[in-house]
Amino acid sequence: MGTILRLALQSLRSRFLTSFLTVASIALSVTLLVGIEHVRAGVRESFAGTIRGVDLIVGARGGTLQILLSSVFGIGAPAGSVSMATYERWAQHPAVAWTIPYALGDSHRGYRVVGTTPEFYERYRYRQDGRVTFATGGPAAKETDVVIGAEVAERLGYAVGSPIVVTHGLQGGGISDHEAHPFTIVGVLDRTFTPIDRAIYVTLEGIEAMHEDFEAMPVSAPPAIGAPAESVPSMPGASAPPAMPGASAPPAMPGYEPPPGTPTMPGYEPPPGTPTMPGATPPAVAPAPAPVAEAPHDDEHDDHADHDEDAQGAEGDHAGHDHAPEQITAFFVGTRNRFEALQLQREMNTDLTEPLTAVIPGVALGELWQNIASAEVGLRIVALFAVAIGLTGMLVALYSSLDARRREMAILRAVGAGPRTIVSLLVFESALLAFVGCVLGVAFVYLILSLGQGAIEARSGIHLAIRGLGATEWSYLALVLGAGTLIGFVPALKAYRNSLSDGLSPRS
Amino acid sequence: MSLSHTAPAAASTASAPAVELQGARFAYRAGRDVVAIESLVIPRGETVFLHGPSGSGKTTLLGLLAGVLKADQGAVRILGTDLTRLSSGERDAFRAQHLGYVFQQFNLIPYLSVRENILLPVRLDAGRRARLQGADPLRAADTLAADLDIAGALESPVTELSVGQQQRVAVARALIASPELVICDEPTSALDSDRRERFLQLLFKSCAKAGATLVFVSHDMSLQPLFARAVSLPEVNRASAVHLVEN
Repeated sequence: MGTILRLALQSLRSRFLTSFLTVASIALSVTLLVGIEHVRAGVRESFAGTIRGVDLIVGARGGTLQILLSSVFGIGAPAGSVSMATYERWAQHPAVAWTIPYALGDSHRGYRVVGTTPEFYERYRYRQDGRVTFATGGPAAKETDVVIGAEVAERLGYAVGSPIVVTHGLQGGGISDHEAHPFTIVGVLDRTFTPIDRAIYVTLEGIEAMHEDFEAMPVSAPPAIGAPAESVPSMPGASAPPAMPGASAPPAMPGYEPPPGTPTMPGYEPPPGTPTMPGATPPAVAPAPAPVAEAPHDDEHDDHADHDEDAQGAEGDHAGHDHAPEQITAFFVGTRNRFEALQLQREMNTDLTEPLTAVIPGVALGELWQNIASAEVGLRIVALFAVAIGLTGMLVALYSSLDARRREMAILRAVGAGPRTIVSLLVFESALLAFVGCVLGVAFVYLILSLGQGAIEARSGIHLAIRGLGATEWSYLALVLGAGTLIGFVPALKAYRNSLSDGLSPRS
Repeated sequence: MSLSHTAPAAASTASAPAVELQGARFAYRAGRDVVAIESLVIPRGETVFLHGPSGSGKTTLLGLLAGVLKADQGAVRILGTDLTRLSSGERDAFRAQHLGYVFQQFNLIPYLSVRENILLPVRLDAGRRARLQGADPLRAADTLAADLDIAGALESPVTELSVGQQQRVAVARALIASPELVICDEPTSALDSDRRERFLQLLFKSCAKAGATLVFVSHDMSLQPLFARAVSLPEVNRASAVHLVEN
C-alpha cells in the first residue's frame, strides 16, 4: 500500500498544474463553506452574547421582540415606559436580587443615550462573562457625568473630559439640544462588540435634569402640537435633524420616539394631519463638530410637550424636582435564584397595577435569531453548491486524465497490480486531492480571519473569534472528503473496466 | 525450424514446463474462440520465438499466459500452476511473483525515474521482493542496469531516454528479482535493425543470467533465426495439436 501511496503522489505531482487547480477549486469551496459557517457562528455568538447574566428584561406591555430590540439592541422604539414607582416596587420583590433601570429616548449625534444606575456597570454581562469595563475613567456618578461606548469614543474622537451635548430624540441628528445641560465625559468603556459600544450612558438624574432644563424653557402649553417650538440655539457639535424638506413633519413619524421620562403610550401620537409649523422643520445641516448654521429649532418637541400633557398624570409631577425621573423605559432584573425567573416573569406579565411585559433574554434572542435564520440556510446552500462545483471539477480532471493513463494502468497490471490496486490508486488520488483541498481551505479561512478580523470588526461590528472547528465544520469537511473519495470511484471503476478489457495492451 | 508437434511429455522433468497449454480456449464473445490451443508446451530455460500475423491471437494468448485473461476451457499451466484454477487476485499475485513482461513500447511510467521503474515489481509485490533473497533491491537494479548498458541513465527521467534505452529499462524491470518467465510482446518493433540485434543479444544474455524462460512474440519473421526455437501461432492456434519439444 505504501507503494500505491507513493505512486499516487508522484502521479499527481507529474500532473502538477491539473492537481493544483483541482486542489485550489476544492480549497476555495471549502473556504467558502467553512468561512460561512464561521461567520454564521460568530454572528450568532455575538448575537446571543449581546446580553448575559440578566434574567428578565421588563418594559411596558408590548411585543417581546420590541422590548428586546429597543432595550438591548437600541433598535426601534420602546412600546412605552414604566413608571418609577412600578420599577421601585418590583425592585423590592423578594425574588429580585438587583435591577438595572434603562431610560432611553435621547441621543447624541446618532448614538443613543441611556440613563441608568451604577448597577449597570456592575451587573451587565455580555458574551461568556464579559463585564462592562472602563478603558479610561469610571462610572457616571453625577448628574452631568457621561460614560461613552468604545465606538462612540472612536468615531467621534471623544475622551474623558470632553464636553458633550445630548440631543433630544433618537434620529440621526437631534431634534433639539439639551444644551442647557452640558455633560462631561467621565469614562470610556472598553470595546465589547455589542450595542454597548454604540451607546452613551448617563445617570437617571442626568436624564431627568436635562429634561427639567428643557421643560423649564417656555413651552406653549397643551395644544402644543401646532405651537412653535422653543427656539433653542443649537450648540456646536450638535447636529440638526435630518429634515425632509417640505414634509409636514408629523411628530408621529415612526422613529420619532417620544422622549423618555415622558409617559407615552402607543397611539398617543398626534394624528399625522396635525398642523405643524410650516417650514419649521429645519433643513439638514451637516453634522460637523464645527459650529453650524443655526437651525431654527424644530417643532418635534411639540409632541414631547403633548405627551407630557397626555401622560398619566404627569402634569405637575415635575414640581418635586427630586432629580429622579418619573419614568424609565425598561429595566433588567437579576433574580436571587434563576429558577424564580419564570415565576417572576409570570407575575410581572399578569400584574394589573401597570401593564408590563417581562422577557427572558435568551428566549427572546432565540426567537429573534429564528426570524433571521432563513438567510443562513440560503448561504449554506450557496456554499454547498460551490463545493459540488469544486468536486465536479475534480471528477472532470481525473476522468479526462484517464485515457492518457491507460498505458500506465497496463504497466501496473503487467508488473502484478490487480484491478483493485488500480482502483485504490485512483480513489486514493481523489481522496488526497479532496483532503489537501480541505486542509488548504481551512488554513485559508484562518488566514483570512487572522488578517481580516480587525477590518471585519471595524466594518460590521461582528467579532469573529478565531476558534477551533465546530461540529458543523467538521461534518462539512467529512462530507467534502467523503464525496471526494466517492467521486474517485467513478474514474477508478472506468479504469478497472479498461484494465480488464484492455488486458495488457491498451488499444490506444 | 526446430519445432515439432508431439504429445506433452516435458512434465517428466524435475520441474514443470514453463508454459503448458492443454485444450485452452478463450473467446471474448461466446462461440467465437480467439484462442483454441490443443497443446503447447514450452520447457524451462528456452528462448522461444512465437510468431504470427496480426489477428492470429497473439495478444490474447499473452493475456492468457500472463493471467490477465482466464481461459474459458482447458488448462493454462505456468510453471506447473494452472492459472484457470486461480482467482483473478491470485493470478495477479502469481504474475507479480513469477513473470516479467515487456511491451512493444511505452513500457515506462513517465513520472518515475529509471531506477524507480526498474524497482516497481519488487516495490509493488512482497512475493517478488522475497525472490531477491535478502539482496538489496537497489543493487539488483544497478547490476541489471549495468548488464543492459543503461547504468548511466538510472537517475534520468524516463522521458529523456531513447526508445532503445527505454526498452532495455523495460527488460531490466522484467528481469528484476529473477522471475522464471519473461514475456516480450514485440519489444523491438520500434527499433531499427542494428539496434534490434543488439537488444536481443542483451536480452538473451540477461535472461540466461537470470535463468528465465523467454517467450518472445513478434510478427517480424526476420528475427526468427536468432532464436533457438520458434512457434508459429497460426499453426498452433486452432490446430489439433501443436507441440514444442526440446531439440
